[in-house]
Amino acid sequence: MLLPRVIPCLDVRDGRVVKGVRFQGLRDAGDPVELAAAYAGQGADELVVLDVSATPEGRGHALEVVAAVRAVLPLPLTVGGGVREPDDAEALLAAGADKVAVNTAAVARPGLLDDLARRFGRQCTILALDAARSGDGWEVVVRSGRDRTGRDAIGWAAEAVDRGAGEILLTSWDRDGTGAGYDLELLAAMRRAVAVPIIASGGAARPLHMAQALAAGADAVLAATIFHDDRMSVSRLKAELAALGVEVRR
Amino acid sequence: MSAVVVVRTGAANLASVAAALRRAGREARISASADDIAHGERLVLPGVGAFGEVAGRLDALGLRAALVERIASGRPTLAICLGLQLLAEASDESPGARGLGVIEATVTALPEGVRRPQLGWNRVAAGPGCRLLTDGTAYFANSFKLDAVPDGWRGATADHGGPFVAALERGAVLACQFHPELSGAWGQAIVERWLEVA
Repeated sequence: MLLPRVIPCLDVRDGRVVKGVRFQGLRDAGDPVELAAAYAGQGADELVVLDVSATPEGRGHALEVVAAVRAVLPLPLTVGGGVREPDDAEALLAAGADKVAVNTAAVARPGLLDDLARRFGRQCTILALDAARSGDGWEVVVRSGRDRTGRDAIGWAAEAVDRGAGEILLTSWDRDGTGAGYDLELLAAMRRAVAVPIIASGGAARPLHMAQALAAGADAVLAATIFHDDRMSVSRLKAELAALGVEVRR
Repeated sequence: MSAVVVVRTGAANLASVAAALRRAGREARISASADDIAHGERLVLPGVGAFGEVAGRLDALGLRAALVERIASGRPTLAICLGLQLLAEASDESPGARGLGVIEATVTALPEGVRRPQLGWNRVAAGPGCRLLTDGTAYFANSFKLDAVPDGWRGATADHGGPFVAALERGAVLACQFHPELSGAWGQAIVERWLEVA
């Protein structure tokens, strides 16, 4: 039986971990290598590093961060941010990533997913999808939420899986940074649509939120703020999940 | 101590393997030279990608004979993920492609109805007689699997819609369907035991 994964997320800009609500108002949250080592020691199941640098110089730092994190991390490492071509993914893999997440560039050119899966395998090709509620469903938003695409999020995920995405990192734009819990209806709708693993993201503040997301169909739960703020260690979170009846790796 | 040879099988997560070796105090030498593969004291055969593509690359690089020879003679070798599957004769992933044939078996797909790919942590149970493998929780990233422990090998199993081979060992040859380099302290300990085994 596959065990659910607890995944701390490091949003990295210019070599430092930052945090903010809905990608705005970023402030410093620490050194990525120190945080990665700490989370690994606490029992994290995987680490996601998202490069939110706005400049080419920042992107250069991102490769250094991936290499430095890799050196201390005996866990799977997923890296996203700024991947536009297979060569970008290859550079991240060479630096130490195990999986590469693509978001905006895949919406602009869906064939990127086919290219990545062919070259690196489906297990390496992750679709990061930011979804915002719209009418009775959800639409895809890109460019850190600045652009609404009008595209149905569930339909896009299904197409992405057909093309080669082996996992969906699904962020609720409405819940991200709010602490109001994951969008459980979004997770349930996505679960019905795709057979690949789903990482729930956006809105977690408490262990109960994570248990709810797993019950709704997520295979993994991602969070950033609750870990960076020392409000909750990964080990304590896992103990509380176990107390809620969720079997976790301890 | 000489560097551990890591076979450049293509777009594998070689950096993760190299980092695990470095944490164990050993350097990695990434190589696609038949001489290194034949004569390296310790060798890692990593594998990410499709069975047929990587098997074809091993042939194109002229590495097949050296790999078969060192595994058959029990020289220290660690095969990871697709590396384990390549030991078989063939795979349903790539009909017609020829594996190394060290194991008389065909690799099959994980069953319908379970999460595919299997991307995550799964319980592993070590069978009797294992020296390198122990019970634990391992990180897997696969859509295909070997169904049964072959004669002459010790093995560990896991379950994902039915039992499958999580790892095999025979002397100093260790083949893991999971990623020991990504399986936390438990996986690191397996790597370190393999680095010690003669």
